[in-house]
Amino acid sequence: MKPIIKIQNLSKRYRLGGNGGARYATLRESLSGMMRAPLAILGRKGRASRPELWALKDINLEIMPGEVIGIIGSNGAGKSTLLKVISRVTEPTEGRVELYGRIGSLLEVGTGFHPELTGRENVYLNGAILGMKKEEIERKFNDIVRFAEVERFLDTPIKRYSSGMYVRLAFAVAAHLEPDVLLVDEVLSVGDMAFQKKCLQKISQMRSHSNAILIVSHNMIAVRAICEKVILLSQGQLAAAGRADEIVPLYEKLMLENVKTETVADEREEGMGIIRVKSVRLVNRAGTEARAFDTGESMKVVVEYEARQRAVSVVAYAAIRRPDGFICMGTSTRLEGVVLPPLEGPGVVELEISELLVIPGYYIMDVTFYDENFEFRTYFLGRKQISFQINSSLPSLDDKYGVFYQKHKWNIDDVNVNSPAHR
Amino acid sequence: MGLTSNENVSALEPAVTKQTATITEASPIRHTSYQVPDNPLVVIAPTKSWVALNLGDLLTYRELLYFLIWRDVKVRYKQTALGAAWAIIQPLFTMLIFTLFFGRLAGISSEGIPYPIFAYAGLLPWTFFSNAISNGSSSLIGDSRLITKVYFPRMVIPIAAVGAGLVDFVIAFIILVGLMAYYGIGLSLNILMLPVLVLLLTLLATGVAMWMSALNLKYRDVRYALPFLIQLWMFASPIIYPASLVPERWKWALALNPLTGIIEGFRASLLGYRNFDWKTLTISAVITLIILIYSAYTFRRMEKGFADIV
Repeated sequence: MKPIIKIQNLSKRYRLGGNGGARYATLRESLSGMMRAPLAILGRKGRASRPELWALKDINLEIMPGEVIGIIGSNGAGKSTLLKVISRVTEPTEGRVELYGRIGSLLEVGTGFHPELTGRENVYLNGAILGMKKEEIERKFNDIVRFAEVERFLDTPIKRYSSGMYVRLAFAVAAHLEPDVLLVDEVLSVGDMAFQKKCLQKISQMRSHSNAILIVSHNMIAVRAICEKVILLSQGQLAAAGRADEIVPLYEKLMLENVKTETVADEREEGMGIIRVKSVRLVNRAGTEARAFDTGESMKVVVEYEARQRAVSVVAYAAIRRPDGFICMGTSTRLEGVVLPPLEGPGVVELEISELLVIPGYYIMDVTFYDENFEFRTYFLGRKQISFQINSSLPSLDDKYGVFYQKHKWNIDDVNVNSPAHR
Repeated sequence: MGLTSNENVSALEPAVTKQTATITEASPIRHTSYQVPDNPLVVIAPTKSWVALNLGDLLTYRELLYFLIWRDVKVRYKQTALGAAWAIIQPLFTMLIFTLFFGRLAGISSEGIPYPIFAYAGLLPWTFFSNAISNGSSSLIGDSRLITKVYFPRMVIPIAAVGAGLVDFVIAFIILVGLMAYYGIGLSLNILMLPVLVLLLTLLATGVAMWMSALNLKYRDVRYALPFLIQLWMFASPIIYPASLVPERWKWALALNPLTGIIEGFRASLLGYRNFDWKTLTISAVITLIILIYSAYTFRRMEKGFADIV
């Protein structure tokens, strides 16, 4: 069988600017660069001194019609660059890609949506941007609207949409593309769980329309569920390729090792800045701050925040994640009907976990504040992630035994064997 | 609800849907309806120094061009109290001010026709031109999210910005018709040249806008230089004064400005009070085409790096 995409010796180099992250130049810099250029050509120095980054290096790949391929790898491994080259957004430095079918990309949900335009108008605009013909959009219009569940708000400017509606509409348009090859970049991480499920279902359906799907994702659960073949990229190079159930564990192992080598004080902060999560402290049963806990031990999560503007209908969310992103346990104030008062200024929220029932390993405590109404643009009001470690007195307890280590007891005849973790 | 389309599909292609149900049993043989062509539809490779204009691509994406123009027109006057009236206010008030200062106080010649209509006939194409190049030059930055996410000929963006300006141009034209009626100026056969002049003006604006938009993406200096440049350009064009006011020995310099022939042409065409200056008009047309072709090639050459420098 012949491939639908043929990638040969593909490389992409980025020149890193030396001016503190500003990637666009000013005229003055270019002019002074031109002045130096004659010397640089003589000495061959000017070019070499600029730092380079090979985002992709010698990628060779053939994608067959009907294949659903997951592209995985840590941040900066070149996953998105690969999709960008295939979708012709950016040009390769070396090598070539041959496309034997129409490419449709779902690189970012809602690309080109204009907040002032109505839902109806944006469907047409977005459809055209994604490469649909007007007649094609008209034909699919009703399906798109029904999928997005925004019938009643079709003539409302989308700046008044909740972020849930916005994302649904955006995904609906993109999902109704019928390309020969579909490129998907992390769309699976938008919206709430119910919507993610719907997205996955739709992608499964699209397999029957599309003749090949390439998915970039950090969500290994999704990758395992929908991709037969997985490509692991590492520092721009193709590290491994094969069946999902072979490659995904390889990657997870790699990720875990990375976490282990990083300092335990690893912290990450993001968000829109409306609410800043100042600190997340994990307190053990002795009442002291800790980064290592035992399976079955209690944990108190003390979250110090500061609301920079008055924020209403805020939901606090906390989750224990594995380094690969899998959520072992999550909870939110909304889930349990706890209502937060309007937040203003500094404050503290605490979460008490009476027993940590996960297997030993490295985990991330993800604390997020979000708007209950999922207001557009303020999806994450504030967020902080902090890593911690779980230990166990059972030396061989690891992921062979699953995710959780529940409180349990073996009963064999009249002999009682208690689980040592839960005495 | 979302299942409806799937049901349709399964009715048409039972074999494919059946496969979907058995993802986990990675079967080596897949039945797909897609016939892979012998030759690639697209080959992606680094472009060499020589760049093709690839105008056919532009034709394929004409619907996108239409939708972008439509978006720009729709969005422009949203949340403004006066709406599309702005398209009239801008040239109209400039005309009133010019009439007061240059027509009355400075007493600049208007070749025998009333100064207000003389100025307006020049301001009409000028307002379109200056708005087109200033909107056009910021258009790529404004749509940078599109550039980093989806492929399409990037030329569509500045062209759409210019195209959207044509709508304002038509609205502002109504005032000119009113002024002509007020001053009792009838139409002459010269009006037949109007479409050609509008085309030339649009091509010139497109050329400048494409060039400036590409430069602006790379050098943000353009944002500061352009308003200044536009102001200079206005005084270097026969808008508030007739070309005949310029001393003979400097005529050649004025003719190098492609707007000279076009704006003088507008007056001759609309007001019919004198004949066309064919020589100047030809020079303007040639320079316009040179600018357009140069800009198009420059744009194409820079285009491949857009997504990396935005």
